[in-house]
Amino acid sequence: MDYLALYVTLKLALVTTIFLMLMAAPIAYVLAYLRFPGKSLLEAFIYLPMALPPTAIGFYLLIVMGPKGFAGKAWGFFTGDSLLFTFIGITIASIIYSIPFAVQPMKAAFAKIDRRLLDAAYVLGLSKRSAFLRVIIPNSLGGIAAAAILVFLHSIGAFGVLLMVGGSIPGETKVASIAIYEAVETMNYRAAGMIALSFIPISYVFLLLINKLNKDSNI
Amino acid sequence: MTISASFKKRLKYFELDISFSCPSENMMVMIGPSGGGKTTIIRILAGLDTPDEGKIIFGDDIWFDSAMRINVSPQKRRLGYVFQDYTLFPHLTMYENAAFAAVNKKEVYELFELFKIGHLRNRKPHRVSGGERQRCAICQTLARHPRLLLLDEPFSALDTITRRGLREELKNLKGSLSFPIIYVTHDINEALFLADEILPVVDGKNDDGWMQRMITREPSDALSARAAREPRLALVY
Repeated sequence: MDYLALYVTLKLALVTTIFLMLMAAPIAYVLAYLRFPGKSLLEAFIYLPMALPPTAIGFYLLIVMGPKGFAGKAWGFFTGDSLLFTFIGITIASIIYSIPFAVQPMKAAFAKIDRRLLDAAYVLGLSKRSAFLRVIIPNSLGGIAAAAILVFLHSIGAFGVLLMVGGSIPGETKVASIAIYEAVETMNYRAAGMIALSFIPISYVFLLLINKLNKDSNI
Repeated sequence: MTISASFKKRLKYFELDISFSCPSENMMVMIGPSGGGKTTIIRILAGLDTPDEGKIIFGDDIWFDSAMRINVSPQKRRLGYVFQDYTLFPHLTMYENAAFAAVNKKEVYELFELFKIGHLRNRKPHRVSGGERQRCAICQTLARHPRLLLLDEPFSALDTITRRGLREELKNLKGSLSFPIIYVTHDINEALFLADEILPVVDGKNDDGWMQRMITREPSDALSARAAREPRLALVY
């Protein structure tokens, strides 16, 4: 069994989840509370990765992150390395691929908070930032946890995007979903079956967790 | 310290155009029919809404002046605001709620004893009654040492008996408070019981004849006129 691929998958999912939660919280705040022209255009743009074929996203990322793309050039200038076919490269791809799954549940949780609670917090002297940390975040833990689990599961399942920008370098960019594909290509059904099987309990347990969180936050 | 306000704001169905002032140790009751702009006036005083033009001055501080483009944020006005229904933070216990912005955390225990909710300090707000929640909201506000207290129909969601009890507690407490209090209600009996001064507000404007019309000749509807004239009936309405 390809433990290395499983390890890369879990590491990628974990790093993606941590970074994306930090990035998505302010985006979700802006979408939930601020009103400005062009907001619906921006929102649709942020959700675009959900509606595009993963290989299409991967294709654009390949162009942008390639040696001639602006991200690839900038990365090369500062580090002297290539962004393609590296763990950092697939992490960036995975973050972009999962943005909608982080932003949407968090925005829904933030928007559900009674505006008068925030008014009360402001009158009690809290700045917008402290109100976010002391009132909004603690009252949307269910939505935040749901977002984290969705992102984690979605990153475990990523395939097309990662194959485009990462290829299949063992220990670096070869994730479990790619390992399954390659095992099948080489007619090694036993290896493919083992990795595929290991996904089922992981995904099942996390989905049970989401259900429980949704139930708890509906009370 | 005196709060003086005079401002205008264009609302959907009428224009808010009001001016009043209320000195320390005074309770001004703002009364009038629902939808007449009372809550908007309170929100403007708190800094949560902005008037189109006018001035709000507290003591020597200018809180709002459209001509000078001054608008002090709600955070900096340091006032107490008790809302119509429960805006305690659901994720905190009663004690944590009251201590949320307290100047001195020790005082919270004293306030809890004064308001007889000391035994509930570790409960979450949804596990106590409506009257106990509003008591806690008042503790939360007083613990912040406000310079002005705004009470927007604080007891109107409570049952009649609880409401009367809290009304009396508030009246007793009033003597020990040294800041101006503005109290909003649509209940004439409550206004007469609590007020040092009454400001009737109808469609966004001061209408001094409103109370009298309600009680005597031109009631807006027969039931409310009867309730106003016969105090016992007010138990029902």
